[in-house]
Amino acid sequence: MQAAKLQTAQVFSFHGGIHPPENKTQSLQLPLGKPSLPNELILPLGQHIGQSSRPLVKVGDKVLKGETIAINNGFLSSFLHAPTSGTIAAIEERLIAHPSGLSDLCIILAPDGNETWTPLEPLDNWQDISKTDVLAYLSEMGIIGMGGAGFPTQVKLQGAHKNPLTHFIINAAECEPYITADDMLIREKTLELVLGIEILQHLVEADNIVIGIEDNKPTAIAALKAILSERNSQIQIAVVPTKYPSGGEKQLIQLLTGKEVPSGQYPADIGVLCQNVGTCVAVHDAITLGKPLISRFTTLTGDALKAPQNVEVLFGTPVAHLLEYADFEPKKLSRLIMGGPMMGYTLDSAAVPIVKTSNCILAASKKELPAPAPEQACIRCGMCEQACPASLLPQQLLWFSKSQEFEKAEHHNLFDCIECGACSYVCPSSIPLVQYYRHSKSSIREAREANVKSDLAKQRFEARKARQDAEAAEKEAKRLARQKASSNKATDKKKAAPEKAAPTAAAAPATTDESKKLKVDIAIGKSKLKKLQKQLLEAQENEHVEEINNLQLQVTDQEKAIASLEEQLAQMTSAAPDAPATNTAKASPAPVSDELKKAKVDVALIGVKLKKLQKQLVETPDDQELKDKVSAFETDLKAAQDTVSKLSESTQASTNTAAAEPKAAISDELKKLKIDAAIAKAAVKKVEKALKKAEEINAPEIEAIRQQLQEAQQRADELEKTLANPEAAAPKAAPVKAEPETNVDADAAKKRKIDLAIAKAGIKKAEKNIQLLKEQGKDEAEINASEWPSKLKEAQDKLAGLEKEQASEATAPSVATVTSAPIATANIDADAAKKRKIDLAIAKAGIKKAEKNIQLLKDQGKDESEIEASEWPKKLIEAQQKLAALEAEESTSATSVSTPVEKTAANSEAKVEPEMDLATQIKKEKIAVALAKAQINKLNKRLESSPEEADNIKQEIVATEQRLQSAETLLEKLIHSQTNMQENR
Amino acid sequence: MTEYLLILVSTILVNNFVLVQFLGLCPFMGVSGKLETSIGMAMATTFVLTLSSLCSYLTYTYILQPFGLEYLQTISFILVIAVVVQFTEMVVHKTSPLLYRVLGIFLPLITTNCAVLGVALQNISKQNGFVESILYGFGAAVGFSFVLILFSAMRERINVADVPTVFKGSAIGMITAGLMALAFMGFTALVQI
Amino acid sequence: MLTVLLAIGILVLLSLIFGAILGYANVRFHVEGDPIVDQIDALLPQTQCGQCGHPGCRPYAEAIANGEAINHCPPGGQATIQALADLLDVEAVPLDGDHGTESAKRVAVIREDECIGCTKCIQACPVDAILGAAKQMHTVIADECTGCDLCVEPCPVDCIDMVEVGVTAKTWSWDKPQGIAATSLNVIATDRQAEVTH
Repeated sequence: MQAAKLQTAQVFSFHGGIHPPENKTQSLQLPLGKPSLPNELILPLGQHIGQSSRPLVKVGDKVLKGETIAINNGFLSSFLHAPTSGTIAAIEERLIAHPSGLSDLCIILAPDGNETWTPLEPLDNWQDISKTDVLAYLSEMGIIGMGGAGFPTQVKLQGAHKNPLTHFIINAAECEPYITADDMLIREKTLELVLGIEILQHLVEADNIVIGIEDNKPTAIAALKAILSERNSQIQIAVVPTKYPSGGEKQLIQLLTGKEVPSGQYPADIGVLCQNVGTCVAVHDAITLGKPLISRFTTLTGDALKAPQNVEVLFGTPVAHLLEYADFEPKKLSRLIMGGPMMGYTLDSAAVPIVKTSNCILAASKKELPAPAPEQACIRCGMCEQACPASLLPQQLLWFSKSQEFEKAEHHNLFDCIECGACSYVCPSSIPLVQYYRHSKSSIREAREANVKSDLAKQRFEARKARQDAEAAEKEAKRLARQKASSNKATDKKKAAPEKAAPTAAAAPATTDESKKLKVDIAIGKSKLKKLQKQLLEAQENEHVEEINNLQLQVTDQEKAIASLEEQLAQMTSAAPDAPATNTAKASPAPVSDELKKAKVDVALIGVKLKKLQKQLVETPDDQELKDKVSAFETDLKAAQDTVSKLSESTQASTNTAAAEPKAAISDELKKLKIDAAIAKAAVKKVEKALKKAEEINAPEIEAIRQQLQEAQQRADELEKTLANPEAAAPKAAPVKAEPETNVDADAAKKRKIDLAIAKAGIKKAEKNIQLLKEQGKDEAEINASEWPSKLKEAQDKLAGLEKEQASEATAPSVATVTSAPIATANIDADAAKKRKIDLAIAKAGIKKAEKNIQLLKDQGKDESEIEASEWPKKLIEAQQKLAALEAEESTSATSVSTPVEKTAANSEAKVEPEMDLATQIKKEKIAVALAKAQINKLNKRLESSPEEADNIKQEIVATEQRLQSAETLLEKLIHSQTNMQENR
Repeated sequence: MTEYLLILVSTILVNNFVLVQFLGLCPFMGVSGKLETSIGMAMATTFVLTLSSLCSYLTYTYILQPFGLEYLQTISFILVIAVVVQFTEMVVHKTSPLLYRVLGIFLPLITTNCAVLGVALQNISKQNGFVESILYGFGAAVGFSFVLILFSAMRERINVADVPTVFKGSAIGMITAGLMALAFMGFTALVQI
Repeated sequence: MLTVLLAIGILVLLSLIFGAILGYANVRFHVEGDPIVDQIDALLPQTQCGQCGHPGCRPYAEAIANGEAINHCPPGGQATIQALADLLDVEAVPLDGDHGTESAKRVAVIREDECIGCTKCIQACPVDAILGAAKQMHTVIADECTGCDLCVEPCPVDCIDMVEVGVTAKTWSWDKPQGIAATSLNVIATDRQAEVTH
């Protein structure tokens, strides 16, 4: 009676479908196999659809069979359990079963062979506890859809509660050729299957429960029917005709309910839930036996296997192990496929493991699965449309996919394609349609993800901009408020200062803040000015008359604005020290020193500008305007230098009166010295190493390296000395006098060093870029046209400015403090000397570079006039002049340093230093002389080769000779002073 | 009433301005690459054609004719058309910036669409009345839109099909247009005005 | 003489009327801003990298609306150019090499033991994807990094690497089939030599 009722379950039909050869009998000849344990189990963390699981175990952990080894990581993620007992051998990247053939993170488990189960805790009271708890339990048991997609079961069951379910469908259709795993599962575990269905029915409470099974599984159908009638179950069996792909979820739903799942919706939306038979059995095992999902039924089939069969296999078992179990014949193999021939994918390696969704391993011979025929042109036969089970227009989708018109493909419901391969199967032109669709789908998905990301980036960018704007507005408002307040206060202060001390003290920080603000404004104005000047320069180069006028107007405006700001600042700062100096002396040094710094920067800046203008002037000597500007700048420079000297005086005065925590300053200074000493020692070591190496290879640089070594050692000695002295001096601490200043200077020096380093890096970068351009074969003109040379020049200018500043800074305080703190002076002088040395080195490098470039130009076969026209000779001369100037400076400073030190310091060590300096100085001067001589020689040669330029060259020769003479006299002087000194000693 | 219907059938099918009279071929070939664009172009042209045939009729009947200045018809029609096109451009710019952008140069080029001037001049030579002029212009525009949209739908499909290399691009477009013109010859005996 | 004057008068009258109509329409249908910019901006990759020569994606979108070439965006690459070409109905041109080349997706990674905590990169990052404070180690939030390179330049110690984002099993995508091979038998004889450009 029951059986008769079961037979009558109504079956509808779906569009399309194909009838490929079934090939299912091969794997059903043998009973269910149970392969032995492999040597290792590879358990990928991403066996399901969502985020990869998070491992709970560490390498070396011992785990029992069924123990949780990875935990879910988000909504769509899943748990993972140890398929057997053993040790975690590794957690590493391994090849996984994926069409890409890529690796992913896997837990490697080395079985111990004992198969010791972890204590099992079945959920016996599943009928009594809440359904949510049961779902959570299923999640913890790692149960996911075994049909193919690996969708976590509990998520699917939760989704089924959206609408009242009319149908609960159990998918036993297994339509894909070759695969018989579900068939075997139904035969072997019929009762478990039915019990699992009943548990699920309890959870979802559907009106009808239907098992959909294809009519090519008579044994399974009979077994099911027997059990169902025995249990008098309400579960129906719907035997559907064999047609591929009736096992597709949406197709099976259409077959059994006559309803089509609308595009873009899920079965749950029309009140249907579909579960695979494997999932039902897994649910039963989990709830009534307490066993997590650790194994599955898999079909091993194909002509390359002698014993095709179904096996119950532990997850993580390598495919190679299973092939061996089924008597694999490697010679016959042409393609190894995971899944079926229609929807499966080729495996590159047999090392990949079986995962929760692996239903078949197909080791196909060439005859069985020939290589696909080459694609031919579409003949518009329309067979694909006839075969499509999703009622799509495959041909149209193909055109859109081929021409990358993804939007239109989406309009034609590309995402309803289930990639069953029916269209490709029937295509007479053997077009791999599904591959085109897959490509389109992944491209669209990628584009969507990129869109999401770009939206996020845009959002963040806009948020940042809004924030910055708000900050700027706030600052501006504050600035205005403060300007108002401080101007009020300043007037108040003048009146109130004698009587009231407190408000003036409060006003001091306000004014410093205010001056800071002003400085920022000035800096901004200056950068604008710079930009404008650059534009102006460009315009001049390109001879845009209107632009030039316009820009010049702007430049003057900008300059005026800056001037007014600076005036304001000057007023502010002059007001600031006045007010607090009377009652709180402590506050004043900071702004003054700041001011000093600023003034010095100004000097440097003006100097740089002046240089630039002078250069311009050289290029265009008739430009009256430029001349005017130059003279204006020169006066500016003078004025700025005056302020600097004034300010440094005032700084000194203020520091002299201010007793600002001398001890702390000294200890800071000490620390710094120690670090310097350490660095110097390291340098010595390095140079020694280099020397050794050089000696080994008998290099010509040995001399130079030795000299370097000497210098480094000397510096180290010097530093240690200073280190020792202040330590001794610290307790005594003539504190009132020099220390605060040295501290300030040290800070400033540090800052300047950083600036220098950055400037140098900039130069390096620019040079690199120019080099790159050269390599790309661009000629000089192009390079000059690009921004890099100008950048390089700028950076070099900046560097020069910084170094000059540093030098002046170093010398200025040294002069001021000479009498009071000889040690500090020595230190600073050493610093200055170092700086100068660096300058020298840079200048030399510049010369070398210029020479190299000229050589290069010559090599390129350019004649003399061209070379002359290029910038390099000029640069060379400039650099040489700079070098000479620097050397002169050094010699004077060396002598000036030597005198006070000699006078004040009685210890003999102090004397060595200037002497050494003199020696190096002499050496350098000798080099300069040699260079000048070489230059003259060169010029003479040129004179011979190009008589038409004789006048020019002769002039140059004369200039060079003068330089040579001056260098020689300097050298003589130096030698003289050296001998003097030695005599003195 | 029948007369009006006949005017419409005549202009849309039998004497189609593009495929039978070969007027307005420039936008027909130029803007038929994409369906959306051609629909926009069709709508803009419909608007312009109807409005300009109305305006030119008014200009001719109430300004030129009373003063005996019929010989000024061409220049004043061009003036009328230019103004109408400008007006349309402003409206489209305001209402559909994307269409404005997509139509690009073709929107102002409606000015030089010979179909527009052709309609205005034919209205005079056929001595159409007020309503007839409007209907004639509207019918011509509908006919233009009809073939433009049909053609662009075909070209869109042809673009993604594997056309032999030598025929790719405009060549296959010309062939298709020719075949369409042949097809429209079938309407010849339908109505005669 | 009269007819000539009359003709001129009539034409002037017509012109005046039409001028008045257009003047009114110009006021009535005045367009504020350029809404097309938003649509262009939506297609750009929003890396805010400035390789196009504009300070961010929106300025470039504005420049495109004003007629700049659409091929100045290396991060977007050919796909963006194609999308822009479709939107604006212009021809898709290859990427302009002067503005850089299309490269694989990259993210910035800070070598954290070398970072000196100068905050320069934080200020340079257009999307606030770098985390850190003064004198503290900085780090890049990889998910939010657009790979724009802007933080590399300001770093004084060069401790920022641009690392290519590798393909994982989750981000992998299917290749496009090769199509009809040029050597295979084709329907049209002339197509055999020429490359089929689908």
